[in-house]
Amino acid sequence: MPLTDQEAKELSDKANAVRQTIIEMLVAAGSGHTAGPLGMADIFTALYFRVLRHDPKNPEWPERDRLVLSNGHIVPVRYATMAHTGYFSIEECLTLRKFGSRLQGHPERTKLPGLETTSGPLGSGLSQAAGMAYASRMNAEKNRIYCAMSDGEHDCGNTWEAAMFAGANKLSNLTAIIDRNNIQIDGYTEFVMPLEPLRDKYEAFGWHVLEIDGHNIPQFINACEESKAIYEKPTVIIAHTIPGRGIREIERDYRWHGKPPNKEESERFLSELRTMQGKISSEHQ
Amino acid sequence: MLNADERLRTDLFEATEQKPTRDGFGAGLIEAADTDPRVVALCADLSESTRTLEFKKKYPERFIEVGVAEQNLAALAAGFALYGKVPFITSYATFSPGRNNEQIRTTISINNVPVKICGMHAGISVGPDGATHQALEDIALMRVQPNMTVISPCDAEEARKATIAAAKTDGPVYLRFGREKTPVMTTPETPFAIGKAEVFWRPPDLPRAGLGNYQGRPLVECSIFATGPLVHYALLAAKQLEAEGVQVTVVNVHTIKPLDKDTVVREAKHAGAAVTVEEHQIAGGLGGAIAELLAAESPMPIEFIGMHDMFGQSGEPKELIAHYGMDVPHIVAAVKKAVERKAH
Repeated sequence: MPLTDQEAKELSDKANAVRQTIIEMLVAAGSGHTAGPLGMADIFTALYFRVLRHDPKNPEWPERDRLVLSNGHIVPVRYATMAHTGYFSIEECLTLRKFGSRLQGHPERTKLPGLETTSGPLGSGLSQAAGMAYASRMNAEKNRIYCAMSDGEHDCGNTWEAAMFAGANKLSNLTAIIDRNNIQIDGYTEFVMPLEPLRDKYEAFGWHVLEIDGHNIPQFINACEESKAIYEKPTVIIAHTIPGRGIREIERDYRWHGKPPNKEESERFLSELRTMQGKISSEHQ
Repeated sequence: MLNADERLRTDLFEATEQKPTRDGFGAGLIEAADTDPRVVALCADLSESTRTLEFKKKYPERFIEVGVAEQNLAALAAGFALYGKVPFITSYATFSPGRNNEQIRTTISINNVPVKICGMHAGISVGPDGATHQALEDIALMRVQPNMTVISPCDAEEARKATIAAAKTDGPVYLRFGREKTPVMTTPETPFAIGKAEVFWRPPDLPRAGLGNYQGRPLVECSIFATGPLVHYALLAAKQLEAEGVQVTVVNVHTIKPLDKDTVVREAKHAGAAVTVEEHQIAGGLGGAIAELLAAESPMPIEFIGMHDMFGQSGEPKELIAHYGMDVPHIVAAVKKAVERKAH
């Protein structure tokens, strides 16, 4: 069912709240990645609040959809979204990367229920999602398997091994989502190791390919709906995103891939988010 | 003499039956699948040589062909395991756990999921294929990963039992198998439990518990700890030594991790000297594991039979085993050296 304008606005507001939590947790942690989590906040909000069949109070519910996060370094966006959907308190987000925390610097399945797997080293998430999708199909289950990936990890051979396997086995219960933000640690993806034509590559590997604006929540939700109607192929949604989305001074700047804001920057960033980039006045001002 | 409690084959020294350990794996995999519907097998374009072909015929819907993609093999299997399956992943040991070591570490070991990594063609005895295909580092690679169990069966029958036992454990397991036909020493009645080393050979009148003494010196002069098909060579060496009046024990250490500390320390203490025997690098393998344990619990002279920090080369299995110092004469000499060192 398409989103109403009101629902779309509510999701957009939630994504904004998720972004604020991301900034707060990164500042508290003193290390971590900023650009990727902000860039994927709209998609994770849409996934957790609309797309996924899941139960925050019963993270191991057997019939749930699975979401594998392949590029584990953007896990702050997952933690923040999980907290906002009720898996745990938003306060716990501030323990990110701290000793004894369930919120490890890179996600660890055995530490926190609901993460589905352990990731960080790039390139193996799509394989795991494909294994889950194959197993789900063996069991004749009706759920879906989602895999969130980065564009940079398409440098990894393992990613393409998995893409080939999923295409060959027509894993139509699998939806991959690529955060196409064009940056990786050493610079722009097309300078480090060109990925284009990415769409053609996936099509050649037997995938149904959709390209969307990764900050347009209704578009993303429609793409997820469309992927459910494709019965012969796995689907990949290439989501064009802006790294650092929501904070103008860091948007598209690859230098923000792997560092957190300091206290002063975070106050500026939070103010920008609270005022919707100056469109409204913040109650904190 | 052979330990009667172990119900070993009486024709063991004639080696009347010879089978590759991978054959035992193939049989065990089907037995495990017969009783556990969660068992699936993943193959990396080597179904014949990894002995998953029969499984494929019997359970085609539970056989997954991955192609020559060992990184995908490991991470896919993690996905299956996270979904409640018990996947056995099969390839040559040089590729899995060789090539895909990081995927095993992150997606299997840290995740702590029950993927069974089956490395075939392990050891120098792969022979003519040469150094690239002779896995001599796999035990070390797997032994250093927390949560991982490491098993190196001595013959096809033990390989069958180990495979069935691995399917029943909750965590990740590495199983090591050889390519060549090697003597079958054990029987279906021979005890097997993961983590329990078995004393295959001991002097005839060794008391069941405690230290035996003969004219002021220990009845057992050296303890041989062996793993894999070379256990047969260790037994041949023990027999020869007995004829020369040197009494030893031979312990089949099929589980290298978790190491059976009680049995290893007890047997080593009886003797006061030890020899380790494996088709693997000394560093990080059985020799390393025994040395670490005995250094902490009961320091003593240890001699190491295995690869001493070098790669192999093409040749016939027996010729290579002799060339690299892992055959019966070398084991006999190592025992004498360990005993000699004990005297000083």
